[in-house]
Amino acid sequence: MSAQESRPLILLDQRLESSLESVDRCEERAVELAQERGFSEEETYRLGYAVREALVNAVVHGNRYSANKAVHFKVTRTPRGLEVVIEDQGSGFSEAMQGDPLARENLMNQSGRGLALIRAFADELQVERTPLGGTRVILRKFLPLEAG
Amino acid sequence: MSVKLVTRQVGDVTVIDAVGRITLGEGSSTFREIVKDLVNKGNKKMLLNLAEVSYIDSSGIGELVSGFTSVSNAGGSLKLLKLTKRIQDLLQITKLYTVFEVFDDEAKALASF
Repeated sequence: MSAQESRPLILLDQRLESSLESVDRCEERAVELAQERGFSEEETYRLGYAVREALVNAVVHGNRYSANKAVHFKVTRTPRGLEVVIEDQGSGFSEAMQGDPLARENLMNQSGRGLALIRAFADELQVERTPLGGTRVILRKFLPLEAG
Repeated sequence: MSVKLVTRQVGDVTVIDAVGRITLGEGSSTFREIVKDLVNKGNKKMLLNLAEVSYIDSSGIGELVSGFTSVSNAGGSLKLLKLTKRIQDLLQITKLYTVFEVFDDEAKALASF
């Protein structure tokens, strides 16, 4: 690993309108950056999937498509892979309130699976409340350790 | 690309051939509308062919569940055909493989109704 690669490097830092078009564009960019970072086709799909779900949560449930609220989307190259931060300006989110989508009694619910899928596809996931009360999702994807 | 849905009748089973992505927005609403329309017309046996579906997000999964429920509530059944590996994985992660009947072979699927 070069000295340059051992330091985090911000690859993308954008504020986007709360729309499904933003979701599509950011998913595309995340996939391109994952490919450039050297992730396999399957791991790139998984990162793209997790990013899309987090963005949909931010646009639909966080900002509720509001024209007055933005989604913050940041991708950083880390020594081990990529880190993606997605932040909304909504009124916060509690996993406890949502209930476990994998519990037998919730299996037939129409919604509520997004976070479970993000968790399955990201290598690390943090969900935080922002100082202004919105939700910040930080997901990380790691490249496989080199043999030897 | 959003999803394209084409229906064909095989005996008393309606086969829905889907191509593309079933995601929040046009893709999931297209699926919802077609299932609703079939139920309203009295079709009770539906087989959703997902062989050409490359991607389903959580909203699309929600629509599959919702479609399953509305067909079941009308006294019918919605079954799935030819899932790609990625869609199989999604059903495993969400534990929905315990809900849906899934087939790899269309003839066997049709005979199961």
